[in-house]
Parts: sequence; structure tokens; C-alpha cells
Amino acid sequence: MKLNERSVAHYATCDSPADHAGFLRKRVERHHHHGTSYQRRWFVLKGNLLFYFEERESREPVGLVVLEGCTVELCEAAEEFAFAIRFDDAGARAYVLVADGQAAMEAWVKALSRASFDYMRLVVRELEKQLEEACKSLAACCKSPRRSFSSGRKRHLSNPALLPLQEKPTTLENGYSTWGSGGFVAGGATCTDHYGGQMKPPPLPPRRRSDAGSAMGSPAPGLSPAMLESPVSPETICFSKLHNWYGQEIAVLRREWQERQKRGHP
Amino acid sequence: PRVPAVLKKRLVKLVVNFLFYFRTDEAEPIGALLLEHCRITKEEENVFSISFIEEPERKYCFECATEEQCQEWVEALKRASYEFLRRSLIFYRNEIQKMTGKDPLEQYGISEEARFQLGAPRQ
Repeated sequence: MKLNERSVAHYATCDSPADHAGFLRKRVERHHHHGTSYQRRWFVLKGNLLFYFEERESREPVGLVVLEGCTVELCEAAEEFAFAIRFDDAGARAYVLVADGQAAMEAWVKALSRASFDYMRLVVRELEKQLEEACKSLAACCKSPRRSFSSGRKRHLSNPALLPLQEKPTTLENGYSTWGSGGFVAGGATCTDHYGGQMKPPPLPPRRRSDAGSAMGSPAPGLSPAMLESPVSPETICFSKLHNWYGQEIAVLRREWQERQKRGHP
Repeated sequence: PRVPAVLKKRLVKLVVNFLFYFRTDEAEPIGALLLEHCRITKEEENVFSISFIEEPERKYCFECATEEQCQEWVEALKRASYEFLRRSLIFYRNEIQKMTGKDPLEQYGISEEARFQLGAPRQ
């Protein structure tokens, strides 16, 4: 079966961080079972893919195990610290691997058990639901009527996971009005660069990032709107719930502003 | 400009982060594309392409029966990478944590794993 090997090798060896890596001894599977032997290989786990290399510095993997539909279990082999990757498909060969020690073995088993795409997808779907629930329960106690939102809220909408995948940020405004009403879709990042691995992470709401900077050195005579922008809009979410949190921040900012006023704008 | 290749009819199946392709009526795939570090591009009508970061000029082109189908494929493929899922997870985790003050990953026992951390290095 053909595979885009060059791309696969690139993914295996590029400097994207591995989820786990280390030396393991791999049992050699021979047709005529003349005793068992093991080969030491450098293993790299990235996502649901377990690559192995002849040497740590090798430019290409010599093998790849796709970790879907498999279980990882401790092994009854004669070797100590052995574990096996076995597939639901009985016809598929199992991989018996041996770690250097107890800690290494446990770390590998843990990492490999949770490596599947299916597992990841399960967790993401669950979190999606939890976020939806959290939004709904906060919205439910909100007494103020929903209002339409200015484009200043646009930044908040770059919450790509809650929107259908869109190319242009201008559609975010439309998407905002459906926020919290269900139909959440795990959308892609809205930035136009769609290289799977090169994409920037979903942008965090700006408040936390700009807050630290502007609170310190802003010469503005008033609190700029950006500083009050919050990850959870007070207009849709019951403001009283967040009052304390905001209240403290606003108090600090006001004090600083007042002091700057007294000093006559340094 | 490359000489346009011959288009062959294939059955295409997206399974996790792999795109398998089959000759029609055959059970075994003849090939697969790993969908990590790739770009999905909508080309002309009914057509989309997949290209990979280390060889961006090489495009795997697919022609669909309808434009609607084409859009569906583009949407699905853009979200097909493991790395996309990982980023979604980190994003949701962070949002839930901010809203509820609780880490939703604790129940899974994976809250400490490096690859799910907010500050985890990006590819």
C-alpha cells in the first residue's frame, strides 16, 4: 500500500514536539520461531503515531505503528519491563516492547494508552459539551436582555472551536449571535494558514494578554475598551457572577489611573 | 506549471488522520495519505487539493461529483489532523477552566500531561 512516505518521514523527524520518546527493545517477529531476539530502536510518539528509528539520529524512521484500535498491556514475556501493543484485528501482529526500567515502562504504557485519535476525539467532544453546558448555565441566570454586539466584540469571537469553520473573520459577528444556542462545531482556526501543524493555536481572548501590559504603562486618560474586554462577555453572562473578579481588577486599574493623574501623566 | 495528471476514479475514505483511497470495488486500499502538516486548498469548481509542508508545490488533487461534496470534504479534511484535535482540546480546557474554575481534564487523570498544557510548544 502506498503512503506519502516523504511527508510521513518529515512529520516524524521535524522539530514538532514528541509526546514521548526513548529507547526500547523491540521483539523481532520471525516466521520460524527460533527463540526470541530483540532489537534496540529509538521510538518517538507523535499523536497517534509511534515511529521507530534505527538510531536516535536517523533521518528516516524504519517503522511506524498507527495506534488505533489497539490495547497496550503489560506482557507475560520472559523479559522484565515488557509490554505489548495488541490490535483488535486479530490478524494484525502485536508489538512486544521492552523498556529500560519500571518507570520507563509505566511512562510508555501510559502515553501509548491515550495516544489514539479516537480517544482524543472522545475527550474533545466531551469538553465541547461541557463548555456548552457551562455557557448555558451562566446565560440562564443572566437577567439583562441580549443585545447586538459591536465589532469590538469580534476578537472574542475568534473562538474557533465554537464556530463552523470560516475563512473570513467578518462572519464572526454573525456567529456570535448563535453562541450558546447549541450546534457547536469544532471548527478550525480561522486564520488562513491551514497547514495542519503550522497553524497558530486558537487565539486566546485578548483580555489576559493585553491586560498586564496596558495596566502598567498605558498613558491613556481613561480605561481603554480593550482592557475591559473579557473572555466572557458581561452582556450575555450574568454579570453578578463575575462581578468580584472584574471588580477587583477595575479597582486596581482605577487606583493606578488616579495615581497617574495626580502625578500629572509621567 | 505541471502537466495535468490523469484523473483516476477512486473511492476515498477518511479514517482518523489518514485519507485512504481504493480502486472502486476493491476492499484493500491502494494507498493512504497521512494528514498532518498539510494544507487543504479549494481549487476550481468541484476540486480540492492536499499539499504538504515540505513539498508545497506538489498537490494531490481530488475532483468531486458536486461542489457541495467538495465543500464537505474540505471542511472535514481541515479538521482531520491529530494536531487540530489537540489544539481544540487545549482551547476547550482553557475556556472551561476560566468559566468554571475547574480543570475538566482532572476527571480523566490527564491534567498533568505535558501535551495537554496550555503553554505546550506548538508545531
